[in-house]
Amino acid sequence: MNTALLYALAGVALFTLGLQALIVQPHLLRKILALNVMGSGAFLVLVALARDRPDAPADAVPQALVITGIVVAVSATAFALALMLRLRAATGRSTLPEDSGD
Amino acid sequence: MAALNLLAAAFDLLLAAALVALAWQALRSPDLFRAIVLFIVFGLLMALAWVRLDAIDVALAEAAIGAGLTGALLLAAWARLQRAAGGADGETR
Amino acid sequence: MARRADRPRLLLPALLSTALGTGLVLSVLELHSVSAGLGRQVAEQLPASGVSNPVTAVLLNFRGYDTLLEVAVLLLALLGAWSLESSRRPPLARPAPPVQEMLTRLLAPLLVLVAGYLLWAGAGAPGGAFQAGSVLGAAGILVLLAGWRCRRLAAAGRPLAVLGPALFLLVGWALLLLQGSFLDYPPARAGLLILAIETAAMLSIGATLAALFVAVLGHGGQRP
Repeated sequence: MNTALLYALAGVALFTLGLQALIVQPHLLRKILALNVMGSGAFLVLVALARDRPDAPADAVPQALVITGIVVAVSATAFALALMLRLRAATGRSTLPEDSGD
Repeated sequence: MAALNLLAAAFDLLLAAALVALAWQALRSPDLFRAIVLFIVFGLLMALAWVRLDAIDVALAEAAIGAGLTGALLLAAWARLQRAAGGADGETR
Repeated sequence: MARRADRPRLLLPALLSTALGTGLVLSVLELHSVSAGLGRQVAEQLPASGVSNPVTAVLLNFRGYDTLLEVAVLLLALLGAWSLESSRRPPLARPAPPVQEMLTRLLAPLLVLVAGYLLWAGAGAPGGAFQAGSVLGAAGILVLLAGWRCRRLAAAGRPLAVLGPALFLLVGWALLLLQGSFLDYPPARAGLLILAIETAAMLSIGATLAALFVAVLGHGGQRP
């Protein structure tokens, strides 16, 4: 197992943890945190899988894709936070309606 | 030289384990503020992981955007939730 | 966190997540050392791209269309946040605590300088428009949080946010008219075009990120 495979497996673990938290946690801010963790995991897998030989220069295309992904993730996070705050202002709760009933 | 490789491998193992542990802690922490702070630290360690994967541009972007700006946005939203709840109990609302 | 009564509710997602995780691990193990990647093609075309940093070349030249869409997504997120928020103006200017004031005075000009360096160095070393833009956005957030009154800067927020995608799109259309295909840089001018687009994108990203922060922060807790 080399460096890249280790990070790829860590990325899978992050993705799985994030998915579990996304489904289970009722609070919307935690769901947003979970989404970000999932995104980071996916980016790790993307770059780590392209890094199969440590001595060769790094492949630039997955890195560019991940930079794009990071910027899109922050845009989505900001919009999601604005949505959550609006929901809070409108309904008084920061959980989704189906989660509030539990 | 072999010792350096062993050290690098140990560092990678520790970093990967720390990333997963931090994410787990952040996602299941009862205190929301602590969760956000742990997420910011997670972002900074991700930047280190990018450096280890020879993705320096990604490391710069992750540190600035992923950890810094996302953390600032999350804290701003948290502060507004606190204000809306009257600052009493931050988590349940 | 997980009360005893919640255990059955948590079981099904945990099982599904574990199953998905196992499948992903198997896929990763199989995909490892299978792909050759695009590194060779990037290295071949790099001298004609106008920059010497391969990541910048991919972002701004080879996959420039994706970057155009990305700055458009940033703008869209800002529009979405603005459509949800009533307050677009920064929080009321109030005197900041002394440590924060001093820190902002030290850091804000330094951050602007670092942003300019990252933009310039991005052609040959790690850096580029996104890193520079986010540092610029951080400087803007620092200034906002310290309560400095920058009316002209705040008024410039909206045009700056549009500047990046607009310039990128204009360059693409101009090249469509002149060269016959969208965003097809002539190799002689590629470096200059990339620098121009990156500068506009840096300003735009900085303004958009700071404006997103203002939208999420709201009124900043100014209780009467």
